[in-house]
Amino acid sequence: MGFDIRMPIGMLFTLFGILLIGYGAATNGSAMYAEHSLGVNINAWWGVALLAFGLGMLALTRLRRKQQPAAKEQE
Amino acid sequence: MRPEPHLIDYTIILLYFAFVLGIGFVLKKYMKTSTDFFLSGRSIPAWIAGLAFLSANLGAQEVIGMGASGAKYGIATSHFYWIGAVPAMLFVGVFMMPFYYGSRARSVPEYLKLRFDEKTRGFNAISFAVMTVFSSGVSMYAMGKLLQLLLGWNFTAAILISALIVLAYTFLGGLTSAIYNEVLQFFLIVMGFIPLVYLGLRDVGGWDGLKARIANDAMVHSWKYMGNSNANPMGVEWFGMLMGLAFVLSFGYWCTDFLVVQRAMAADSMTAARRTPVIAAFPKMVFPFLVILPGMIAGVATSPRVHGMIGGKSEVAGVAAQSSFFTGGKGIIPPKYDAAGQPVTADGKVVLDYDLATPMMLVRYFPSGLLGLGLCALIASFMSGMAGNTTAFNTVWTYDIYQSYINKTASDQHYLWMGRASTVFGLGISLMAAFVAKEFNNILDVLQLVFAFVNAPLFATFMLGMFWKRTTGHGAFWGLLGGTVAAATHYGLTLPAGAVAGVKGGYLGPILHVYPSEMAQNFWTAIFAWVGCFTLTVVISLLTAPRPEQELKGLVYSLTARPEEGGLRWYQKPATLALIVVVLLLGLNLIFW
Repeated sequence: MGFDIRMPIGMLFTLFGILLIGYGAATNGSAMYAEHSLGVNINAWWGVALLAFGLGMLALTRLRRKQQPAAKEQE
Repeated sequence: MRPEPHLIDYTIILLYFAFVLGIGFVLKKYMKTSTDFFLSGRSIPAWIAGLAFLSANLGAQEVIGMGASGAKYGIATSHFYWIGAVPAMLFVGVFMMPFYYGSRARSVPEYLKLRFDEKTRGFNAISFAVMTVFSSGVSMYAMGKLLQLLLGWNFTAAILISALIVLAYTFLGGLTSAIYNEVLQFFLIVMGFIPLVYLGLRDVGGWDGLKARIANDAMVHSWKYMGNSNANPMGVEWFGMLMGLAFVLSFGYWCTDFLVVQRAMAADSMTAARRTPVIAAFPKMVFPFLVILPGMIAGVATSPRVHGMIGGKSEVAGVAAQSSFFTGGKGIIPPKYDAAGQPVTADGKVVLDYDLATPMMLVRYFPSGLLGLGLCALIASFMSGMAGNTTAFNTVWTYDIYQSYINKTASDQHYLWMGRASTVFGLGISLMAAFVAKEFNNILDVLQLVFAFVNAPLFATFMLGMFWKRTTGHGAFWGLLGGTVAAATHYGLTLPAGAVAGVKGGYLGPILHVYPSEMAQNFWTAIFAWVGCFTLTVVISLLTAPRPEQELKGLVYSLTARPEEGGLRWYQKPATLALIVVVLLLGLNLIFW
């Protein structure tokens, strides 16, 4: 029922990804990475992962939408 | 060492709130009937129901509690998953869902009414309703306390805001809203904790490095030290573990607790309903790595910021320094502090605040930015626990208490209205419980004890009800009551080692047995409760008249047709999927033996 849950999930994680990549880029080399994440700019790296996941979800949503009219035609 | 969240962290959390509310608003227009509101119109696809099934249970108490247990007991904590939850989930999916779903019961108590009688339903409905609404309150209290301790946020504000958000989206979108947000929460926890485990393991040198630092073999094996309760930190041996935790407690929870069963009941078909718990089992198997490992790492982690400034130092060749971030702490786990700010001690040893293991990990390894994501995952899991309890409560209240005893013949729209109303007062009661918990910690403990007694015998009743057609309503009711009394009695006559009589047990006077640990006492209480319930139910059933078999069609194994599986691909068959999980489970148990 309702709408495809993959869409808001995809949107939210895409936004998170963009935010973290942006923040990671802006704070690159900051002392907080040495203090916390073992010197790794984990914001930027994980931001990429989040973005990939979000876009993947959105892609699945579009795939679903394309499949549905086709499935309906088969009935 | 209080972390300062920056704007980016608040932005992440606020974005999450916005989405959660948005989902609720969009779903409002689909809530036309009470079935839509309480059961999502039975239209949820298996993968969504499966992830929701998993997430509904994944409240912060589990995320935090498993971290705490990991810090205390090590990898043996995985038994809760690999011996407890996962087998139970497979069982309920493959064997019990046909009755829950096929009977068209709208709730677990309603199944009891269909299978047995009104008084059995009433006992289950009332005890479940009370339990679930108080559990929600306890969850709120835990969250408020944590956010206050960790970030300095105002306790009242934190729980009020989160309660209002949960209220908004469950009021508008009913169970569907709760389910969709649970799926969102699942991905948040996974995406929030993977970097934590990565950074933590990298810091301590991987699994081998972790083992070396912990320097206690019993913490890194799950079965090797289970022969003797004195050999492992949990204080249990394999039999108590297998029967108590695995069989009685886990099966009792996953097979009879409406909070999770409701998600499977919302599935869009019988096969989907059967597959729901099995689908949930796959990620559940992996969760120990996400929630237990951080706890284990916390006990041996160090932090560069104040390394060497607090606590004593001792260098053991090849192993990290033993200085703790906090005086009297262990790794980055602080001790419990009393009102004067001094570490609490018991028997001369400092009492550690293990519940802070996972939160301290987040604070230690996450810079601003990712910290927002980690906090978001924590808050999301608290909120989805609250939402799960709320949707279970409003359904049981409306169908099993209100419709059954108070107003039997109102229109469906009226029950829909009552569903919304009970969402409001359910959350209200939970909030009150949270404030009471804040003032009177012991009341909490007593309540949770009572609920444990009520839960322990449940699985015996359901098992007998579903698989033995001779079980009668009288047998079920008295068995349930008897099992609860058996639990209370066993608990009242035993004590865990080092405890004083009272909330920890032994309140009936003579102490007949002292268990090596609280956990052992809990497991054996559960075993006694189950055996008591089972025996009593069988005896009384044999002495009372059963219902005619006609009435029990579809409710009992021997009187129900096998579910139709023709035309399903192999990966769609519940039993096949379950088998794959079992094989993987055996593998995991062997690896961490």
